Amino acid sequence: MTTQTEVSQRRGTPRDSESTPVISVRRLWKVFGPKADQVPDSEELRGLSRRELMDRTGCTAAVRDVHFDVSPGEVFVVMGLSGSGKSTLVRCLTRLIEPTAGEIVFEGEDIREADDKRLRELRRSKFSMVFQHFGLLPHRRVVDNVSFGLEIRGMGRAERTERALEVVELVGLSGYENSFPDQLSGGMQQRVGLARALAGNPDVLFFDEPFSALDPLIRRDMQNEVIRLHHEVGKTMVFITHDLSEALKLGDRILIMRDGKMVQCGTGDELVGAPADDYVRDFVKDVPRGDVLTLRWIMRPLKDGDALDGPEMGPDVVVREATRAVLAADKPVKVVENGKLLGIVGDDEILAVVAGQEGDM
Amino acid sequence: MTVAMEKPEKTEKPEPTGPDGPAVAVRRVSRRTVVAAILVVWVLLFAVLRGKQTLDLAAADLTDLHRWFNDANDSIGANRNSNPLFLYFFNEIRLVIDTLVTFVQELISQPFAGRPLPQIGWLGVVGIAGFVSWAVGNWRVALLAVAGFTFMGLQGLWQESMDTLALTLSAVFVALLFAIPLGVWAGLSDRFNRIVTPFLDFMQTMPTFVYLAPLTLFFLIGPASATIATMIYAAPPAIRITAHAIRSVPETTVEAADSLGATRRQSLVKVLLPMSKRTVVMGVNQTIMAALAMVTIAALIDAPGLGKTVIQALQSLDVGTAFNAGLAIVVMAIVLDRVTTAASAREETARRSGSRFLKWRRPLLGAGAVVTAVLVYMSHTYVWAAEFPGEAGVGSSIARGADTATTWAQDNLSGLTNTFRDVLTNGLLNPFQTLLTDSPWWLVGAALVGLGTVLGGRRAGVTAAVCVGLLVGTGVWSDAMTTLASTVVATVLVMALGVVFGVWMGRSLLVDRILRPTLDAAQVMPPFVYLVPFLALFGATRFTAIVAAIVYASPVAVKIIADGVRAVPAATVEAATSAGCNTWQLITKVQLPMARGALTLATNQGLIYVLSMVVVGGLVGAGALGYDVVAGFSQGQLYGKGLAAGLAIVLLGVMFDRITQAAARRVSA
Repeated sequence: MTTQTEVSQRRGTPRDSESTPVISVRRLWKVFGPKADQVPDSEELRGLSRRELMDRTGCTAAVRDVHFDVSPGEVFVVMGLSGSGKSTLVRCLTRLIEPTAGEIVFEGEDIREADDKRLRELRRSKFSMVFQHFGLLPHRRVVDNVSFGLEIRGMGRAERTERALEVVELVGLSGYENSFPDQLSGGMQQRVGLARALAGNPDVLFFDEPFSALDPLIRRDMQNEVIRLHHEVGKTMVFITHDLSEALKLGDRILIMRDGKMVQCGTGDELVGAPADDYVRDFVKDVPRGDVLTLRWIMRPLKDGDALDGPEMGPDVVVREATRAVLAADKPVKVVENGKLLGIVGDDEILAVVAGQEGDM
Repeated sequence: MTVAMEKPEKTEKPEPTGPDGPAVAVRRVSRRTVVAAILVVWVLLFAVLRGKQTLDLAAADLTDLHRWFNDANDSIGANRNSNPLFLYFFNEIRLVIDTLVTFVQELISQPFAGRPLPQIGWLGVVGIAGFVSWAVGNWRVALLAVAGFTFMGLQGLWQESMDTLALTLSAVFVALLFAIPLGVWAGLSDRFNRIVTPFLDFMQTMPTFVYLAPLTLFFLIGPASATIATMIYAAPPAIRITAHAIRSVPETTVEAADSLGATRRQSLVKVLLPMSKRTVVMGVNQTIMAALAMVTIAALIDAPGLGKTVIQALQSLDVGTAFNAGLAIVVMAIVLDRVTTAASAREETARRSGSRFLKWRRPLLGAGAVVTAVLVYMSHTYVWAAEFPGEAGVGSSIARGADTATTWAQDNLSGLTNTFRDVLTNGLLNPFQTLLTDSPWWLVGAALVGLGTVLGGRRAGVTAAVCVGLLVGTGVWSDAMTTLASTVVATVLVMALGVVFGVWMGRSLLVDRILRPTLDAAQVMPPFVYLVPFLALFGATRFTAIVAAIVYASPVAVKIIADGVRAVPAATVEAATSAGCNTWQLITKVQLPMARGALTLATNQGLIYVLSMVVVGGLVGAGALGYDVVAGFSQGQLYGKGLAAGLAIVLLGVMFDRITQAAARRVSA
């Protein structure tokens, strides 16, 4: 398997991790099956593997003890293979699937406590979702599909159509307002889904494998579209995918799930540079490391005899971009952060990554 | 009738013989051997025990059960106006339905309050029919509706047609009133769906006929109980299709609406209902067609209309009149079917046909409404527009033509038809019927249970045993066996036709395109119009009923088999061809074996269709159960026996259905 990875350029600007998270998930469980509620409470059952749990109780644990925070404006990616529980997880966040146990705090409010009415209010104004199979209404035109959420809120026709047309333009569908969904290609249908999610001006967008059903080229277009929209509207996004390159391309941080459990949560370079276990290591094996790792991951400590008059670079510069400069300089490059020398990077370090040798970190 | 078709799973390449391949083969061989063994033992024992314990019952003889039914009928008749259950429940229902039917009849068919004619005369009805067809369908079906209705008038059957239409529309109206909400409920709630599905299955398995007898017990004979019977018969398809439509709305779409904060009501009104509308209209089509079929048969319990004309003519063997009225039923069936089909197609296309057209549509519809109103007014006011003019010359020439054709056929073809009839009767039907009726009942019963167990598994065997026991209890065992013989023989022939035409259609798109519309049209016809032409050819014998049953049941069998053959993956066929199969080998070794599930399903549907037709054949001298039922309606002292015969038909139907369904499940698993 060869993965072609394009890493977003935003990686260089670290997020302000101090701000209060928009979504804060603690000890989240979703168990399907008879007497599902007993599983998260039982010390013994909690420890079982999925298969053992199935054999013992007939229950399937789709999400097991997951916790994470999503900061404002962040693109948070949940990644895992099929059956890892990622789609269940995102549905639990908006309670399209009722979680079995745990806590989901959204802007300071525990969503699990919300009654039906409050939940509907939240769904109408605070978050919205984009689905893998679009979920469009075939009997409505594009513009009416986009304004559907507004219609449900009780907004008047003129007002909601005006807003819908704005969003239609934003996602690049101008000229197709009056088409029916089945007259559009898959990529365009997903733009309609995206527009519908944006129309209500939500605080958070959830994406459930939105591009998995699309052709590779269109998928790339749509990924770029999401990056562009993220720049323009700056929404917080929770993005589900099974595609590592998509995760690396879009995600500020990535949560890797396996069998309902979280395996590792971190930035793309953390996953590649310091995989938590063999599963993650195996996963990221084929990623071109030079595209993901930053100098911080490959620099070596200062040794006696190192020349210290080479050029300076920041620690968050991606290896691929530093390659030319490092190789061109006759002295090793100094990695400097806030005036402090962290280490140095020479031709050897760069070549070890770019030539695809397994680093020994 | 809806056919649930389980298509074989698509496989990319021919399935390799798995580890259990040889085991399956051994089991199949042994199953065939067991069936053969049962038949051989049966025939041997038959030779020894022939004529003993056959439970034969002469036409006028009654059993205790039949007398008990008679007494029950009498006591219900005596207490109809004193028993609170009747006073406050059944009589009330009858009153409401009666009021509705009378209202519609006075509108279009029967004299109203001092007027010698109904409120709306022929011109008005034709106008309304054209306008409504245009509004819900398109101008082509509107023309068809106008032509069809006018033709019925020209046939001299205006009032009869309008009676049939009035009854059908009333029954459909009431049926939909219940069926659509129930269908939506069944679509939304899994639990309710689980509860109603067996009932719906059961109701749709039953021949139209058997609803009539028990209903007359509660609602007397006449238009009200005819409408209620029709309603009960016609509602299941609408419930089922509505539920199916709601269920087949993609889950993501509903989830998307939920995620946008839609209330349950909003997602029902804005998502589920609009997205299932087209399918629901198809359900309405099925309901109307079922209602029309039932209304014509309900003539047996004194429902007015075309059916009555046909039945009276059939009973006096007046082929010409029967043909004329049967033709009117066919015309009405075609008009109703085309209009409702166009309506469901319209749901799809109308929205997107561009605004240019839509802009004109509204004023045009308005103008059409005005013209229709004028026509209605004229037909209310002027006699020439109220009473269909002319001397029904078309009708009498059709009748004369049919009579001439019949006479000619009887004079010139009798050699051919009689030979055909005698060969089949003596070669196939008589021996088989003798085997069934002259064997001791316990032998036949044991054979049926044994076959049921072998073919359908243990549960089907138990069902068969219960059915056999109850059949004996009904006291019409011997008649049931005669009906069974006719049904099985007809089904064998249906399957032969089904395989030949089904394979042909499945293998050739061209043939499919030519045959399918004909088959669709044939399925729409109410069953007993099929009796008319064969009565002309074969006279009043059970053979007429069998041939009519074959013609009635073949379309569904052909279609199912054709779909089954078509569903065999192209890759498999290609692989077989590249391995050097010739056409015959391809059919017998690849396509038919892989369409096994379809074959079994076709047998199931074939049996059910044949059974309902063989029973209707009681009208034209087919005897047995059908005759018992018909006689029960007309002669008081045979009422109980008729009811028992109706019950026996139900039991036969259930037995066939359970065994073949179980076999189909086993085969396709």
